[in-house]
Amino acid sequence: MRLGRILSFAVLALVLGASAAANWLAPAGYAKQYREATDAPPSAAHWLGTDELGRDRFARVLYGTRISLLLAPAAALLSTLLAALIGGLAGYLGGVWSRIAMAVTDLFLSLPWLFLLITVRALMPLDVSPFLSVLVTFLLLGLLGWTAAARVLCASAASVRSSDFVRQARAAGVSAQRVFWVHVVPNLKPVLYAQFWISIPVFILSEANLGILGLGVNEPMPSWGSLLKELENMVSVGAEPWKFVPLVVLILVVTSFQVLLSKQEEAAA
Amino acid sequence: MHSLRWKIAGHALSLLATVLLGGLLSATLVRLAPGFDTDERVLDPHLNAASVQALENARHRDDNIFYFYCSYLSRAAHGDLGNSVALGQPVRVLLRERIPLTVRLLGIGLGLSWILASTLALTAAWLRLSIYDAMTTVVSGGLLCLPAAVLALLSVLWNVPGSIAIALIVFPHTYRYARNLLVKVYSRPHILAARARGLGEARILFWHVVPTVMPQMLALAGVSVSMAIGAAIPVEALCGLPGIGELAWQAALARDLPLLVNITVLVTLVTLLANSSADVIGSMFRRQEA
Amino acid sequence: MRLRNCSGNIARLRNAAAVAVICVGAMAGLAAAQGGQLRFCLHNEPKTFNPQQVDDDAAASIRYLTGGVLIRLNRQTQRLEAELAESWKISKDGREISFKLRSGITFSDGTPFTAEDVAYTMQQLMDPALHSPTGDSFRSGTGKVEARVISPTQISIQFPAEVAGLDRLFDQVAILSQNSPKKEMAVLGPFMVADYKPGATVLLQRNPNYWKKDEQGRRLPYLDSILLNIQTNHDVEMLQFKRGELDLINTLDSEYFDKLAATSPQVVHDAGPSLDSEQLWFNEVAKAPIPPYKREWFRSADFRRAISESINREDLSRIVYHGHAQPAMGPFSPANKFWFNASLKPPVYSPDAALKALAADGFRLENGTLKDKSGNAVEFSIITNAGNKARERMAVLIQDDLQKIGIHVNVVTLDFPSLIERMTQSFDYDAIILGLTNVDLDPNEEMNVWLSSAANHQWNPQQKTPETDWEAEIDRFMRAQASSSDPKKRKAAFDRVQEIVVEEQPFIFLINKNALSAVSARVHGAAPVILSPQTFWNAERLTVSGN
Repeated sequence: MRLGRILSFAVLALVLGASAAANWLAPAGYAKQYREATDAPPSAAHWLGTDELGRDRFARVLYGTRISLLLAPAAALLSTLLAALIGGLAGYLGGVWSRIAMAVTDLFLSLPWLFLLITVRALMPLDVSPFLSVLVTFLLLGLLGWTAAARVLCASAASVRSSDFVRQARAAGVSAQRVFWVHVVPNLKPVLYAQFWISIPVFILSEANLGILGLGVNEPMPSWGSLLKELENMVSVGAEPWKFVPLVVLILVVTSFQVLLSKQEEAAA
Repeated sequence: MHSLRWKIAGHALSLLATVLLGGLLSATLVRLAPGFDTDERVLDPHLNAASVQALENARHRDDNIFYFYCSYLSRAAHGDLGNSVALGQPVRVLLRERIPLTVRLLGIGLGLSWILASTLALTAAWLRLSIYDAMTTVVSGGLLCLPAAVLALLSVLWNVPGSIAIALIVFPHTYRYARNLLVKVYSRPHILAARARGLGEARILFWHVVPTVMPQMLALAGVSVSMAIGAAIPVEALCGLPGIGELAWQAALARDLPLLVNITVLVTLVTLLANSSADVIGSMFRRQEA
Repeated sequence: MRLRNCSGNIARLRNAAAVAVICVGAMAGLAAAQGGQLRFCLHNEPKTFNPQQVDDDAAASIRYLTGGVLIRLNRQTQRLEAELAESWKISKDGREISFKLRSGITFSDGTPFTAEDVAYTMQQLMDPALHSPTGDSFRSGTGKVEARVISPTQISIQFPAEVAGLDRLFDQVAILSQNSPKKEMAVLGPFMVADYKPGATVLLQRNPNYWKKDEQGRRLPYLDSILLNIQTNHDVEMLQFKRGELDLINTLDSEYFDKLAATSPQVVHDAGPSLDSEQLWFNEVAKAPIPPYKREWFRSADFRRAISESINREDLSRIVYHGHAQPAMGPFSPANKFWFNASLKPPVYSPDAALKALAADGFRLENGTLKDKSGNAVEFSIITNAGNKARERMAVLIQDDLQKIGIHVNVVTLDFPSLIERMTQSFDYDAIILGLTNVDLDPNEEMNVWLSSAANHQWNPQQKTPETDWEAEIDRFMRAQASSSDPKKRKAAFDRVQEIVVEEQPFIFLINKNALSAVSARVHGAAPVILSPQTFWNAERLTVSGN
């Protein structure tokens, strides 16, 4: 497992380092269109080939990493905190609070949020800076992505609340606050780790899907999500394996995150 | 006995209130989103000014969302769910035609994903092998990283039923939770002690693990229904399966208010039922354990 | 002409005379091959089976296959042919058309067809409450349309004012039965709707009572049935075609064309430039909520010409359409042989000339950024509809082209309803890229686009009086062509319209797409053309082998 952690560190450091050094590794930038070499296979000039507009795919992966790898974990953290707060408290407090919180959660799970996102797009000016647009997108994802975990957390917290040791602790006069932090929160950790980890790739992909509403990363800026959307072109991808590179990088990064998280999980257990 | 009846009545009432609120909120969201009172047909230059005006007026009829919702509710109380704007058919007919397919699709898909997730998670908790963990992480991580549309397209490409695609989309969303929960339970002192005493694995599982972890697992199963409904949209649309997901997508693109409100009410109802029954059964386990 | 969100069923011309000859030859050889099922995709849910309310591509395809019409526009020869009418005559003043109908014909359910049915159809179609696009095209003036039945096989229809290109409008009018209990499901076309599974399939079966026979005296159509899959996703359509589950792709995406051509060149057809165009236009609406200095740019013809000159159309065609498109010259594609103005000059790509012209108007380049005479950086957004890969790619290429003259462009994709709202209601946009689909060759179809008072005059719709001299001039010439029945005079008037549009660039026409289609080897007799429906216009004579 030690080896795994070292490898994971190496992968994350490599990916982050490469994206930080993108200006140097891909000096022509992510938007430069090599119009004479569109949809080209890998070559010495373009290590991962070019996309359908002749832009260097390697450069796009590097620059795309910056946005996706910074903002997706941040949004994942936000959604995890919200889930912990809403689900954990609701389960721990029980009664009416729990009922209300869970009704709200269920509504969040069922409403057509697509329309909220469309409205948000309409409220932003058309010439909003790409970074702000991405930021708003990930913020929305973080604000909407906590629901499933909250329900599981609520059940976890309720179990802890009704367990013998918490009853005894409460009977012995330990304050509710202390019980929450000492007994309840540690029991939520397995779910919180899972929520954080799952949210990262989910948000990266959601950002790309929101592109169709004019939210998220605007052209010509790349993001991992928009690079992964290339895979939807099934007919050609099979014969062009280099188009899978962004997917492989993302899987490597996500796996590395999990390996590092599992160290924390073990410590928590 | 009396109090139980009150309790059930209270639950049913709050359920109803939530469903109604869900319908109203969805109607409001749709109404506020831009493009509500547009109709693609106005771009047809064959239409003269009067016809364009008529198309626009038809849309403005539903401008007042409260009025729309109240009249919708009063009609719904008599079993009339209104007419779809985009498809020109009664919503009731549309739903009745499509519900069986989606129920089957989601039923099989969810069943498969639960079996897969719980088997793999239990194995992970039993084995505690880092190699096994690494493998399942790569597999579930890989599935998470694939856009749902890609999985749906793959199922078309390989002629695999859509329910498999649903299972593969939902599985990674549930596996990690289940695995972490089970690993946590298996590392609890009393279970470690039971193992040390040489108790059989089956006995440990059913006497100690299941009662402890069941409420959370049930809650997870409850929310996975919502995940599956979300996954049904791309899968149905791409695999050419005419179900509720495909209908919801068409309705969203056409800003078909009556259809969207009915679908939201339906989805809210299913979500609430799934989650509340998970809660109720889960609390029984909790009481047992206590 | 119609603005479309995605490439639907679109008009196409032919340059496939050779293909047609080969196909006819093949058909004769396979004369015995009858029966079987043809399968292809509809790209949207048909919203109606009532031929008079057709307003989407899927419903139009079904109307084409099931509806019997008095006059048919032959998609290959582009000439009108007598169908249910043996002959017809238009009065000198262009206000009356009289038909001599074929006798002994029955609807699919056995109800006889008479002149009463034609009268009934026209009466239904012209009902103002129906708001039928087909009906509206006949409405040239106020007043009632009168159908006079002279005998069971003779009828004349009078219009309150002259209708330009009157006879060709009947290509869209499927005759309904007045007496059949099956209402609009009783049809006179080669096929009839047998089954409809919403969201999945429409099954058409051969109409046993179809009147037409082939040269050997056998009843048409040859096919037993047509299965239409409702599938919006073009990737899935392509997969199914490759697997042999579909026989036709009516409008093939250019990227798939090359991929298919690489493996099976015999199945793909490029019928040459179609009538469709893609264009960019600026928001010239006076009350639009955009900064006044931007409105000033957008309303300047010099500015629009400079933008047009800075766009590399060759690259748009080569990169986005893989060469299966031609740089557009003006409102009409050269494919529209009669109406296209051949004296138009092809667009030139010259960023230097554009910069020079802009400099004359007070624009200047400062550190790579173009500024107007008041010092505002020239920057605007282009919106287009999400999900149309070709338009998104064109937008990004144009973004890059304009960067070269110091203009910063934001590309934003929106879902179609949001886009329509900005385009037709709030006017909150700078520029839009959309396409126009032409279903007919006649410019009269485009009255509601070019008249400054019309709702589809997209760059500045519904003007009370023309706001510019050139729009007033367009109005005049469009009205002139509409009120004449002399083809020469009409052509001269519309030639002027084309010249003014090219000069003023209210629409910056980008490219004309080629008509691309795919036909599997098991289909015989297909001769794809550029007019819609490209591959199955002769469905009644198609055969399939190996069912």
